[in-house]
Amino acid sequence: MAYDYDWSSIPGALPFLWTGMKVTLRITATAVLAGIALGTLLAAMRLSRSRLLSSASAAYVNTFRAIPLVMVLLWFFLVVPALLERLFSIPRHEDTRLTSSLVAFSLFQAAYYAEIIRAGIQAVPSGQLAAALALGMTAAKAMRLVVLPQAFRKMTPLLLTQSVILFQDTSLVYVASVADFLYVAYQVGQRDARLVELLLFAGAVYLAVSWVASRVVQRWQERLAT
Amino acid sequence: MGAGWRWEVFLERTPFGEGTYLGWFVSGLGVTLALSIAAWTIALALGTALGVLRTVPSRAARAVGAAYVDVFRNVPLLVQLFIWYFVVPEVVPPALGAWLKGLHPATLMFVSSAACLGTFTAARICEQVRAGIEALGRGQRAAALALGLTLPQAYRHVLLPMAFRIIVPPLTSEMVNLVKNSAVASTVGLLELAAMARQLVDFTALPYESFVAVTLAYVAVNLLVIAAMRVVEARARVPGFIGGGR
Repeated sequence: MAYDYDWSSIPGALPFLWTGMKVTLRITATAVLAGIALGTLLAAMRLSRSRLLSSASAAYVNTFRAIPLVMVLLWFFLVVPALLERLFSIPRHEDTRLTSSLVAFSLFQAAYYAEIIRAGIQAVPSGQLAAALALGMTAAKAMRLVVLPQAFRKMTPLLLTQSVILFQDTSLVYVASVADFLYVAYQVGQRDARLVELLLFAGAVYLAVSWVASRVVQRWQERLAT
Repeated sequence: MGAGWRWEVFLERTPFGEGTYLGWFVSGLGVTLALSIAAWTIALALGTALGVLRTVPSRAARAVGAAYVDVFRNVPLLVQLFIWYFVVPEVVPPALGAWLKGLHPATLMFVSSAACLGTFTAARICEQVRAGIEALGRGQRAAALALGLTLPQAYRHVLLPMAFRIIVPPLTSEMVNLVKNSAVASTVGLLELAAMARQLVDFTALPYESFVAVTLAYVAVNLLVIAAMRVVEARARVPGFIGGGR
């Protein structure tokens, strides 16, 4: 007997699924903003003339890129709260899982953004920096007013592509039972014994969102190229 | 920390008495390696076939390849794994489903995870193979066909061997990504390295030792992959291409 699909539990669960999607979007948005901010700092450090700053940034980036995201999340969920508690004697909160995942994704994502931003900065013609310095700007000012605006224009599509990957990767907060979209879908599926339908639905939603986002980015990239 | 390390815990016997905690660690590492190798085999075979599909003259074949890449790239890896593990055994033809559900639970976890990681990575390898074939330009294909080779022969003897030599560096990154991605298999209960980290914490109550050991194991495996692929890269280098040497 072939499988008997029954999608009737989805409409009633939509409000619940939406609360999960809001958590997913919140993690994504936080990690994009914090990740780009920290990533810019890391890229600037990497390109600075100071050996110390540049190798510290390289060590950060290489460490995060060498470790599976699942392990990074497990570190943050199981180990970091206990460590903070011991170092600063912070009383154990009722629930630090969402905070931990926001921090983990921001720090992890920064390592990936940093490489994109570094490449973007390096792609700005060196004459631009020389001209800014010749006009009497300080290095920091030249970076902020001349180099970074041009670099960000060029690398926006890559940053957005990376953010679409991040949107998908946030589903891994499942390892800490944070109630994101996938986790809620899974719970509803278990509750109604309709795991097959709920998982297919979740897959379709992720597919639709990521596909549309990737297409928009592609269009943008083509427009920049011409 | 510092003074409190207790690495000797790995030599202690587990409560089940079947061996030491080091034995658990090694078995987790073994599962991660076996899973990565199985998935890589699937990914390379399927990814090559799809990459060829995306470059043949037939418009329909190219659309199939493109659709595959779109779907497998835009659904999160974890959702794909859940679909392979929870959905596929239910919705495939009943005979196959019954066989899958009759497997030992650990075997089903392994098979689902390998299928998931293999098909996921295939989408990425497909794009690399396509890029490699496109990098050859039209001349190679035209020359092969002009010599009287059929299209399949042109792919087998000219286009694919050349393309693979060009794409060794990106394939290395995909291999490293695959080893890292294999950690998601812990979510369906497969006792690979990441799952072993949690189990070690549960049984030894030593989170730092357990996590440091497992994290370093991933880094070590990936450094080995990179080192091995450097050798392949050096041997496969094509003269005349950028980075191709003499």
